[in-house]
Amino acid sequence: MFWNEKMETLRGKELQELQLKRLKETVARTQNIGFYQKMFAEAGIRPEDIKTLDDLSKIPFTKKADLRGGYPFGFLAVPMSRINRIHTTSGTTGKPTVVAYTKNDLNSWSELIARNLTMVGLREGDMFQNASNYSLFTGGLGFHYGAERIGCAVVPAGVGNTKRQIEMIQDFGVNAIHCTPSYAMHLTEVAEDMHANLDSLRIGVFGAEAWSENMRRDLENRLNIKAYDSYGMSELFGPGVAFECPEQDGLHIWHDCYIVEIIDPKTGEVLPAGEKGEMVVTPLVKEAMPLLRYRTGDITMLMEDDCPCGRGQKIARLFGRSDDMLTVRGINVFPSQIEHVLKNIPEVGDQFMVYIDRVNHLDEMTIDVEINKHLFSGELSDLARLQNKIGKALHETLTLRANVQLVEPGSLPRFEGKAKRVVDRRTI
Amino acid sequence: MTSEYRIKQLSIFAPNTPGTLAEIAKIFLDNEVNISAFCIAEANNFGVVRAVVDKPDAVFAAFEKKNYLLKFTDVVAVKMSDVPGGLYDVASKFGAAGLNIEYAYASRSTTTPTLVVYVSNTNISLEAAVEKILASGLVLVRAAEMRI
Repeated sequence: MFWNEKMETLRGKELQELQLKRLKETVARTQNIGFYQKMFAEAGIRPEDIKTLDDLSKIPFTKKADLRGGYPFGFLAVPMSRINRIHTTSGTTGKPTVVAYTKNDLNSWSELIARNLTMVGLREGDMFQNASNYSLFTGGLGFHYGAERIGCAVVPAGVGNTKRQIEMIQDFGVNAIHCTPSYAMHLTEVAEDMHANLDSLRIGVFGAEAWSENMRRDLENRLNIKAYDSYGMSELFGPGVAFECPEQDGLHIWHDCYIVEIIDPKTGEVLPAGEKGEMVVTPLVKEAMPLLRYRTGDITMLMEDDCPCGRGQKIARLFGRSDDMLTVRGINVFPSQIEHVLKNIPEVGDQFMVYIDRVNHLDEMTIDVEINKHLFSGELSDLARLQNKIGKALHETLTLRANVQLVEPGSLPRFEGKAKRVVDRRTI
Repeated sequence: MTSEYRIKQLSIFAPNTPGTLAEIAKIFLDNEVNISAFCIAEANNFGVVRAVVDKPDAVFAAFEKKNYLLKFTDVVAVKMSDVPGGLYDVASKFGAAGLNIEYAYASRSTTTPTLVVYVSNTNISLEAAVEKILASGLVLVRAAEMRI
């Protein structure tokens, strides 16, 4: 079942013609932005030089730091009077990045979400609980309007108050839920404790963080649903950029709206399908904030095989961010996953460090964790309990045993700018 | 007055590395603090240093200034007879009074041996515990006496 069959299955010459037309429009729009005027001048190219899709490679990359430099409205290609909404990214380092939308942008975005939700089996009349942050985070309003567009009854549940969320699923007969995979896991545990009956639930849409196949299996079995991966980022509208179809084998990225390249993050060289690298995206229908060759920092690859569902080329499920992936005992680990686990434990303080060693040909991961000063009881038994709790939580998420060491608050290094929380001490 | 028997024990978080105890001891020295009772409880990679001292408030601030993680824990100190059965007498009376000894360590810094005890019954206040201990016939050391 398609929402927009023509666009979702467009391929070959027809797709390339549309992409080229939209690329030229996008390039033209970027010339309203000081940053891109300067970029083109410095690279010695003019907008008219972009005559074919291959000419895209003449354009330099745009990086997240560039956007940050334009805070707050330096990347707008339209006057403020045409802006209809503003979101910001989380801004883990320094200032957040502001993203803005025209009326057409909001419409295009909702259309993409409508495609995605239709693709995974949502229909008019289904009830959709959006357990996602409704403020500046794009996951809330983005999914909200997309689900409304296909005619779902949307429950704007927001985040938190898990028991109430579960009661609503049960009492309202909710059919689909959207949230982060880690919140879905928490929801599952609480629902099990409550002996809640969630039989009405068929579909889970989970995104905004990388999650494993293990976690999918677990969520599907315990909630008796089909769980789908959702990918997006605020700079590219928000969620809805790429999404799994019922095959659950890679994510369809919408080629009429985004040109995808995979590059070697170190050299910038464009890689062929089947090779893993950093995804670079040129959005094609963005009005307020057009971008060219935006380096997402996300690691994936273009998949080679056609999908039986008939839609276009897929990207593999996200491996994480380009700058920080580790492989420990053959398992990919991202510091963000560790951080995520630790952040959910209140007794844990602000900082952590990860050390990887090779002991007897085996990788060993040691994580130093600062204790939250305000929750130190002075009792050894509480500390031992905390240590176990952290170890267990990490094992659940990483499927990897880590040696957890508790340290005093303030004893671990602090970072200005980008944190280097991983020390790889392995020698081959 | 049961509150005069409330003894403020310092519980100091200590990573299990060479030199840590020396650093802690140096802070006591620099602040001219005398230790009347002391023990180290160890777990995996870290420990908690427990100490009863003569100037707890002053030294607490000194540790905080050096970014140590520490906390006051309320304990009591029970006098023991210096004969075989001294510990049994104390422990059996605690047991009979329904008081749970989470941990305890001995001290000889007063004229008689004493046992520093942390009572961990969640439903019994320290005041109530002190009353029960006194009622059992045991002798408690006043906080002021620990500061000699």
